[in-house]
Amino acid sequence: MLLQIAIVMTSLSLLAFGGANAIVPELHRQVVDVMGAMTDADFTNLFALAQTAPGPNVMILSLVGWRLAGAAGLAVATAATLIPPSVLALAAGRFLSRRGDSRALKAVRAGLVPLAIGLILASGFVLARAADRDALTIAITVLAAAALFFTRINPIWLMAAAAFAGIALRVISP
Amino acid sequence: MASELSAGRDPQSERAPLHVTHAALFLAFLKMGLLGFGGVAPWVRQVIVEERRWMDHREFASLLGLSQVLPGANTMNTAVLLGDRFCGISGAAAAVLGLMAAPLAIAVAIVELYGAVSQNPYVAAAIAGAGAGAAGLVIGTGLKIARNLQLSPRIILVTLATFVAVGILRLPLVWVLVCLVPLSIAAAWFDPKS
Repeated sequence: MLLQIAIVMTSLSLLAFGGANAIVPELHRQVVDVMGAMTDADFTNLFALAQTAPGPNVMILSLVGWRLAGAAGLAVATAATLIPPSVLALAAGRFLSRRGDSRALKAVRAGLVPLAIGLILASGFVLARAADRDALTIAITVLAAAALFFTRINPIWLMAAAAFAGIALRVISP
Repeated sequence: MASELSAGRDPQSERAPLHVTHAALFLAFLKMGLLGFGGVAPWVRQVIVEERRWMDHREFASLLGLSQVLPGANTMNTAVLLGDRFCGISGAAAAVLGLMAAPLAIAVAIVELYGAVSQNPYVAAAIAGAGAGAAGLVIGTGLKIARNLQLSPRIILVTLATFVAVGILRLPLVWVLVCLVPLSIAAAWFDPKS
């Protein structure tokens, strides 16, 4: 299990172009579909909980490690998440730090932007399919997306509002 | 002009050398990690450029550009690059540890706390609502990034192809990236607008 966690998290962290939100579909595919180690609902809950904590979103990988194999899983997943991309960044930084605005690097960045957007939207879609059980939860998803898109409210308040909406709906229609 | 972009190692900038210690790196990134609810990125610029004045806007933009090109969390890459620039590899480690340690401990505590009360129907309802909301926030983030770009056929096409391959067809990410990354970078290279 630990070896499997190490392999999955290392490969995921090296594929995370555009940050952790880009790899949610693959993480879901590996953990829920391939390993069968978590249910759809478990995964969504863990993602929601990770969003309530401060810090970089890549922590979702560490939390999945914790959920799958306790403290050892947490340690392995965290190391696999931190070390390979850090080593890569270290090497790239030493070679490229003087060329932050070269044409090649600009093309790489411009080429990765639409990929990152596509991956982030795919993540939202996969999470929504797992989290939205009925019209009301779909409404929460749509409202949260719209509120983030059209306003400058801190996302933590939107998460709190969504949680309260969940409770309110449960009180109104148990 | 490229030489002005890297602060720590240039002859020019040695006129006013910046003494950034390991502890200062650790503390700065600890602060960013703890303040960064729902993503750390907005705080990175605030702390590094505005508060500590470790680099100016142009240097920061160059550093951020490199962070965004590399895989992994952007903030983590920024921590590595900045830590290495000021204190070498051990500085990179100090910055990354500062960034991750406290949020990780908090996240594990939240998950455990939830585990203890997850049988409560109201807690379950709250987390179901939060899960639906979190999905919406991710979608909103993607749309927000797209809004800030000039949408060209190239961008729309690559975004759609990625979304369909990964989100709907659920193809393995590595193969999608192996195919689309070179294509997309080549398209950007020849796109006069990028």
